[in-house]
Amino acid sequence: MMTSPEFAPVMKALSIRVIGLGGAGVTLVGKLHAESPDGVRCAVIHTNSRVLDHSPCDERVLLGAKLLRGLGAGGDPDLGRAVAEDSAEQLKSLCSDTDLVVIVAGLGGGTATGVAPVLARIAKEAGALVLAVVAVPFDFEGQRQRQAQAGLRKLRGAADAVLCLHNQKVCQLWNEDTRALEIFNNANELWAQGVQGVLNILTRRGLIHVDFADLAAVLRGRNSESCFATVEAAGENRSRDLIEKALAHPVLDHGHALTEADALLVTLVGGPDMTIGEVNRIMDALRRQPEDAQFIMGASICEEFAGRLSLTIVAAKHAVQDIDQPNDDKPSGGERPGDPQIETQFLRPPEMESLSASRFVPPPPELTESKKSELFARQGGRGGKMRKTGSRWRQGQLPLEIISKGRFEKSQPTIHHGEDLDVPTYIRRGIKLN
Amino acid sequence: MFNSSPIIVGLELGTSKVCAVVGQLSDGGVLNIIGLGQSRSRAIRKGEIVNASDVAEDIRNAIVEAEQMADVEIRSVYLGVTGGHIRGFNNRGFHSVVSADREIAPEDVHDVIKNAKAINLSAENRVVHVVRQHFSVDGQNGIADPVGMFGARLEVDVHVVHGQFTRLQNPIRAVKGVQIDVENIVFTGLASSLALLSNEQKELGALVIDIGGGTTEFIVYSAGTIKHTGVFAIGGDHISNDLGYGLKVPLPMAEKLKIEHGSAAVDDSDKGVAIQLPCETGLPDRTLQVGHLRRIMSLRVEEILELVNEEIEGTGLREYMRAGAFLCGGGARIPQIDKVASRILGMPASIGRTNSMSGLKSALDQPEFSTAIGLVKFGSFEQQKHLHRTGPLHALKSRFSQFFRVG
Repeated sequence: MMTSPEFAPVMKALSIRVIGLGGAGVTLVGKLHAESPDGVRCAVIHTNSRVLDHSPCDERVLLGAKLLRGLGAGGDPDLGRAVAEDSAEQLKSLCSDTDLVVIVAGLGGGTATGVAPVLARIAKEAGALVLAVVAVPFDFEGQRQRQAQAGLRKLRGAADAVLCLHNQKVCQLWNEDTRALEIFNNANELWAQGVQGVLNILTRRGLIHVDFADLAAVLRGRNSESCFATVEAAGENRSRDLIEKALAHPVLDHGHALTEADALLVTLVGGPDMTIGEVNRIMDALRRQPEDAQFIMGASICEEFAGRLSLTIVAAKHAVQDIDQPNDDKPSGGERPGDPQIETQFLRPPEMESLSASRFVPPPPELTESKKSELFARQGGRGGKMRKTGSRWRQGQLPLEIISKGRFEKSQPTIHHGEDLDVPTYIRRGIKLN
Repeated sequence: MFNSSPIIVGLELGTSKVCAVVGQLSDGGVLNIIGLGQSRSRAIRKGEIVNASDVAEDIRNAIVEAEQMADVEIRSVYLGVTGGHIRGFNNRGFHSVVSADREIAPEDVHDVIKNAKAINLSAENRVVHVVRQHFSVDGQNGIADPVGMFGARLEVDVHVVHGQFTRLQNPIRAVKGVQIDVENIVFTGLASSLALLSNEQKELGALVIDIGGGTTEFIVYSAGTIKHTGVFAIGGDHISNDLGYGLKVPLPMAEKLKIEHGSAAVDDSDKGVAIQLPCETGLPDRTLQVGHLRRIMSLRVEEILELVNEEIEGTGLREYMRAGAFLCGGGARIPQIDKVASRILGMPASIGRTNSMSGLKSALDQPEFSTAIGLVKFGSFEQQKHLHRTGPLHALKSRFSQFFRVG
């Protein structure tokens, strides 16, 4: 996906370095290496020399060569972190003279989980912006899943922006019989598409331009749930197809991620034949999804995309649980601005009165400091959620009426032709007594 | 006294009661019922044990009562088994007669039945009964006993009743736990039919429905043999449970209402009739509509009978059950159930009577006891068979007495 000479990159100065960390990161960056846009340089880092040897990238860094003898970190993030600190100089040189460092890593293992936060910190110290694009393991991976979550928290503290792909979401799309290899390949594929899409956002000149600042604005402070996806469509109904595909995308939770998002970055890439009607239709459809979210859009033209459209969506959601967690893993400050302050306004008495003059509003109760902070935390979590439930695309659910089986609650049910005969006959047949 | 007239005990572990019936086989081969013991069953649901120690106590109580009444010591019982896992189906066995003159020997009969038993049941299942229906020799059907006939190809139709091995094992274990041997296990539906039906009725064709506390068994006879059996794990308990849920009364109260005011059909006269419910907690008394109670109850009863009807429909034997349907078990006590049953089943239905037996007549001629009595009867058949095999003199005697009876 080279940028055509006609629309040559504007930001000559912007140099991007994509760094693959750990097994999955090395593999993915190996793939990206072949088709990376101009101004993007790739590098790979691992503690295992054999994995590094197989990478097509030119710049390969083996960490802890002395300590680990090139045999890997054995799934221990602490070991990964230690060797990374040990070779800080080496990492620093890798990040020098770069505007943006994109860390690509599959969290959960030793190297990626341990090294990523350190690398992010070093890159930042070297004066670069840091974007981390990471994958979190499947739920069944157990221990790795926990390690990944811990690593993710640390990484959020260190990087400017973190994009996170949940492998488990990919899993939902397939049934029990799907081959494991297929799932892993597919997860990698989606990940690669997303990374590619994000790189395109950053390097391509746009009609409506989007740059790293926009991306960071969407991702910053929204620390927990962010997801990204790229979809493509061609043909006569491409704009409609594109919307359908985006809403059905597994990573976007079949559109739920969009309805629940607090911030959205959408970029559309099309050929010179892209019409304003199409742009309008797509953006309109997507704008309607999150009713009151921050919405940043971009559009660009690229000759290679003649006859087709490509849409990259980055959606971010407020963190719920992190606010009331102890501050251990959190950055030194300024990372998560705004949210509680915005919410405090809801508790301010004058605001309440001015809002509802026609109704009787009881005065707010006296609150202690600790109680207040607790309420803020709760509001920060639930306030966001409650706003979203009003969205148009949400399927309403009625509570299921549970009929007590009384005496037979604990015995094996008597099922006959799919009917549970323990439930009173008159209820099953819907006969009213009165 | 001990060996001259052996006693036979039938033990039924029912959902509502544990019941032991003691019978004595007189010298003439006539069965006398001499004792009955029962106790309320507390730990059986849908015909299967849910608490082994409670069941052991109930068994002990029933046995002790029966022992006292009959003045005997009970060492072994014929045990009734039931439960939703029990199924019945028909199977056919083949055997080629190999002797030179093609005369069918008892060994051939033995072999063909053995072949018919070799059924592809899954490992967890165990056969409870194999009942032979008819033999056929070289395509000639309807032969009752082929020994001595000539033929090359011997076939037999059997009815097989089977259930899950582990679930059949539970009641056996419970009985053995109180130091009593189990002579044999008997499907309770089969036992009930033995108690209720005379040979003529079996020949005519009949349907027996045993509506117990937790299960409903049914068994179809035609041309003197068993054609179909089955169990549904629904019974009187379900009726009480429905009432408890529908009328919002506790289960014991629902049970009481069922017995006092229940009916299988709703009449016009029920409309507006109310029952006062006494309330111990001091709250004002509640009134219930009898119509509601009977509506809930009749729907469940009708459903049970409809399920049986469905099964019969599948066999295509309805026209062959000319003696009609016989109801037993506690469910047969529901007023008007016979009318509802004849309407749904499309054949005359009546409450079965255990009149083919002597002894304690008035006490035992109740629909609840038919299974236990049937178990004793099953035992007596087995004992007689046993006598045939062991003592030639006995065998001769009983055979003679049989001739006399037939004549």
